[in-house]
Amino acid sequence: MHITGNLLLDTILMAAVKMVGFVFVFVMGLATVLTWTERKFSAVLQNRIGPNRANIGKMRAGGLFHMIADPIKMLTKEDFTPDTPNPYLFRIAPVLALIPALLVFVVIPFGPGDNFQISGVDAGILFIFGIASLNVYSSVIGAWASNNKWSLMGGLRISAQMISYEVAIGLSLCGIFMIYGSVDLQQIVIGQGTTFWGFIPAWGIFLQPLSFILYLTCAIAENKRAPFDVGEAEAELTAGWWTEYSAMGFAVLALSEFIEVVMIGCLGTTLFLGGWQIPGVQGSTPGIIVLQIGAFILKTLILVWLQLTIRWTLPRFRYDQVMRLGWRILLPLALANLVLTGVVLAVIDRF
Amino acid sequence: MAKVVSRIEPDFARQAYVVEALKGVGIVTRQFVRNIFGRKDTPTVQYPEERKPYAARFRGRHRLMRRDDGQVRCVACMLCATACPANCIGIVAAEHGNPDIEKYPTRFEIDLLKCIYCGFCEEACPCDAIRLDSGIHSVPSMTRRDQKAGVLNLMAIGAPSIAMQGGEFKAESHGGDSH
Ligand code: SF4
Ligand code: SF4
Repeated sequence: MHITGNLLLDTILMAAVKMVGFVFVFVMGLATVLTWTERKFSAVLQNRIGPNRANIGKMRAGGLFHMIADPIKMLTKEDFTPDTPNPYLFRIAPVLALIPALLVFVVIPFGPGDNFQISGVDAGILFIFGIASLNVYSSVIGAWASNNKWSLMGGLRISAQMISYEVAIGLSLCGIFMIYGSVDLQQIVIGQGTTFWGFIPAWGIFLQPLSFILYLTCAIAENKRAPFDVGEAEAELTAGWWTEYSAMGFAVLALSEFIEVVMIGCLGTTLFLGGWQIPGVQGSTPGIIVLQIGAFILKTLILVWLQLTIRWTLPRFRYDQVMRLGWRILLPLALANLVLTGVVLAVIDRF
Repeated sequence: MAKVVSRIEPDFARQAYVVEALKGVGIVTRQFVRNIFGRKDTPTVQYPEERKPYAARFRGRHRLMRRDDGQVRCVACMLCATACPANCIGIVAAEHGNPDIEKYPTRFEIDLLKCIYCGFCEEACPCDAIRLDSGIHSVPSMTRRDQKAGVLNLMAIGAPSIAMQGGEFKAESHGGDSH
């Protein structure tokens, strides 16, 4: 009895340490840095200078202090609540956006073994889809509770968009599960440790290139960022479903958007870029483990960079184009990919 | 006849989108790298620290020029007030002690909020008494009253003028002028 109690405590403590280290330091930290990076990065590639005024004394550090200045501003601003019959729903929407965004990291394996995964859920990827799709409630509830026609239009569009892309993203990943024969993320990463023909690592991106493109497209669409920002649609709907949010409510929504960017990076790394695997490096000495965690972080950063670049490269889709892309191009492609993978696997099995 | 707009029908490669998107990513990244290493294409001027020089013909704050003895050059002829399209110059004339000068302004006031900085006053003036060449951008203030520039105010940034009262130019007596 005494021992089990200790074990339980140990498990909880361990989970808490991993939670703090991975989710609060790495993910939240990266998301916070991204609020600055996105502005600075977009500025530089558009021949602008970007934020550079926040300073401590004479020090400006390229506008890095905007990361501190923003929360201070958000905390001290008026938190406006619109004239709405549902003020509680209005308040709860940002929370509903933040919690699922953070929760999905629980099953991401950021290093080899159980020690580097907060919780080794067998159906890891299903857990991610289940939790991540709760996000749409935040947008819809927020939009509805804002009591504002722009918000409502935005919320309507988002619900349609997210449900459409949920289908395609699920199907696009099925090929991966078929190849690696598991929905446990750690198993998928371990499956990517081998090579074929001796030099190409058996990463998802090489085995399922179409699936990778579909995943990235759908994931960006799920995240509601440009070029799929029909729900926010600054040009048409002021700020769409979050028009009425100010101060911390807005900050939490914006932060959860960036957390989702990190999430897409982490999941993409896990499924397509071999997770923490470094081709040719095996073993379990502490040095190698540190290297592998570093590899995971690096790969995640590459995918995050790709998302930012795409966001600042492509013009927005119109609402009907978004729907057409989802249902008439991505969905058939995902299905075709699935069938093709099935046929190829069957042929390989047979011979 | 209506103009026929020729449209480029996107071919398959374009509609497939992925290649075009990657090309776009390439362009954006190239621009990013270019701007990081040297900022060649960023035209921004960091305003309060860096300033662009104004053009030589920039019309800024008015100033009233002075005679050699420091008195105001203006003879209160009202030509500028008449020419002013914004009707923002108010002059009260008084008789000058010196019979050669005849008149001078006891009050010379320009309402800078009404002024459109057209420079007509400068052109109308027969004795080079008012100019807009100070190079000072219109100055903000907390009250409307502060936007009424009085005679002392206008003379404070004035300078001796080399033009001669009455039209003759006597170069030898006005050598040391900065304008
Ligand atoms: S610049 Fe034009 S508007 Fe201004 S005082 Fe002179 S004449 Fe009037
Ligand atoms: S500034 Fe020139 S035009 Fe105006 S009243 Fe004086 S002398 Fe006449």
